[in-house]
Amino acid sequence: MADNADRYQGGEAHDPLVDETEDAREASSAAARLFDIRRVIGGLFVAYGLIVGLMGLFDSSAEIDKAQGLRINLWAGAVMLVFGLLMLLWQRLRPTEAPPARSDDS
Amino acid sequence: MGSGLRLNMNALDYLILALYFVTVLGVGFAARRAIKTSVDFFLSGRSLPAWVTGLAFVSANLGALEIIGMAANGAQYGIMTVHYYWIGAVPAMVFLGIVMMPFYYGSKVRSVPEYLRLRFNRPTHLLNAISFAVAQVLIAGVNLYALALIMQALLGWPLWIAIVVGAVIVLAYITVGGLSGAIYNEVLQFFVIIAGLVPITVIGLVKVGGVSGLMDAVRESKLGEAGLHAWQGTGSTDNPLGAHWLGIVFGLGFVLSFGYWTTNFAEVQRALSARNMSAARRTPIIGAYPKLLIPLVTVIPGLIALITVKGLGADQGDLVYNNAIPLLMRDLLPNGVLGIAVTGLVASFMAGMAANVSGFNTVFTYDIWQAYFRRDRPDEYYVKVGRIATVIAVVVGIGTAFIAAGFSNIMNYIQALFSVFNAPLFGTFIIGMFWRRMSALAGFWSLLSGTVVAIATYLLYKTGVISFNSDLEESFWGAGLAFVTVAVVAAIITPLTRPKTNDELTGLVYGLSDTTLADDSLAGDAAWYRSPVLLGVVAVVLAALFYIPVF
Repeated sequence: MADNADRYQGGEAHDPLVDETEDAREASSAAARLFDIRRVIGGLFVAYGLIVGLMGLFDSSAEIDKAQGLRINLWAGAVMLVFGLLMLLWQRLRPTEAPPARSDDS
Repeated sequence: MGSGLRLNMNALDYLILALYFVTVLGVGFAARRAIKTSVDFFLSGRSLPAWVTGLAFVSANLGALEIIGMAANGAQYGIMTVHYYWIGAVPAMVFLGIVMMPFYYGSKVRSVPEYLRLRFNRPTHLLNAISFAVAQVLIAGVNLYALALIMQALLGWPLWIAIVVGAVIVLAYITVGGLSGAIYNEVLQFFVIIAGLVPITVIGLVKVGGVSGLMDAVRESKLGEAGLHAWQGTGSTDNPLGAHWLGIVFGLGFVLSFGYWTTNFAEVQRALSARNMSAARRTPIIGAYPKLLIPLVTVIPGLIALITVKGLGADQGDLVYNNAIPLLMRDLLPNGVLGIAVTGLVASFMAGMAANVSGFNTVFTYDIWQAYFRRDRPDEYYVKVGRIATVIAVVVGIGTAFIAAGFSNIMNYIQALFSVFNAPLFGTFIIGMFWRRMSALAGFWSLLSGTVVAIATYLLYKTGVISFNSDLEESFWGAGLAFVTVAVVAAIITPLTRPKTNDELTGLVYGLSDTTLADDSLAGDAAWYRSPVLLGVVAVVLAALFYIPVF
């Protein structure tokens, strides 16, 4: 099944409407069109980590009691901060490549 | 819902929510720069990596009914709720990636209805395009209404303000950023949703004394021992879900789930936007891995709510099952993580609605407007139509949200009705893909008669002419009957009508591969850990293993 399936990749469809849009795409798909979502996710989570983590530093005992004795803001903040930084690191280490030339382009 | 659910949000919680709104809009505007052609707008230029489309795939499904509803099911039915994930989703997602995606992606179709146009004929196409478009707008309205209800109950916002704010933000980022705006936001939303749900689960587990404490307490609850088992007791319908194992395996696990996951364009569209065949096939399979684990943050909180919230399970008022998650947020979360959790809920509603809207605008533009009204316009024209269609979808969605507000239980009805719409579509697809001889006319009549049977079953059940043990049992039977009808009608009509030529079917059906197609694989796609078959098999095996501790 899988081997059979692999043979369908790329190429021309056999329908005028489909072909038109594919042609339009291939003609103008030069610009590296991706911005990197990893930077956005990383940025938002670093911000969340800092806000929640700082709130956690100053949590009153009432708030800690509400969370069953867990310093949940501190923990959640730290985890989100680390996750955000890892996303940014991943983006730094493996930046988006420019869209590859298709093997069926002329 | 009254004011009893009101959360004590402070300024910093609102800052967290506001930051999210700003980021979502920013992603929409950043995605705009990438839109040059209609394929960029409707299919993200078929340029996205598999991890992005895979997370968007699962996120598109993490809408209103999913988070709130599955936690409610967890409280009501116990561990049996995991069937919706492990047998009711993962196998179908893997099947889509391994078996069906080569036909979808390889034929370069731009939507699910378009596949029907190439495989069968234009009437089949129009029937499916219109029913899909109508369904998406209705469901978008229900999502919007659910979002507004939550914002009203938790934050005290008036219903109409909440509806308009939610709608305007989704409208802005999809009109501007197209599918890329929707998909990038879905990836972001996925992480925000998880970040919001994990603290609820962790604090809740501490409160009930860990996993063993939870299990002991569930045994003492009204669910009893049965609340801890997924399969025991399914030899009869005497179990919390009221379902026989045959119904679970064939109704939920086969017809309903394959119908939803493999033919619902709001899902399949995410895979069609992947950058090559390998990434498209991996999209639903990558989505299957988070799907395996999501019950940890929905079903478990549902059980925790059952134990810790006295009186949960009332017929109406604040203590209905649907409020399981909001009640836990009120009781357990201090400011800070509370803001994150509210943001996560809002994100989940937006992800669900955005999936419906972006599916609608593509089908409306390519499958209705371009195919039947304005055929030969330049490509930019269709981008404009897509933007207008988005506005229409959201405005109509606001209207249907207010209609939904007039019914007390409309979410259940719509869910049941549209899950039944998917079954005849799946039947038509799967027979058409694997039975080359099936004729174009047979495709049309199969789809139509299957849909009629499904609707008739539903209406007869609702009017009391026939009876089932539960809504769930009705949807199993409705879906099953629809599927059988499709198969029977196809078998009768096909021999009487002209087959399509092999030429017309190349690349669309099993056994007729398009040998002229070039390989589009990228460096690294051949790595063993990127093999769709291997990844898919591992996901299914994991789903089976996960059942062992809760058998």
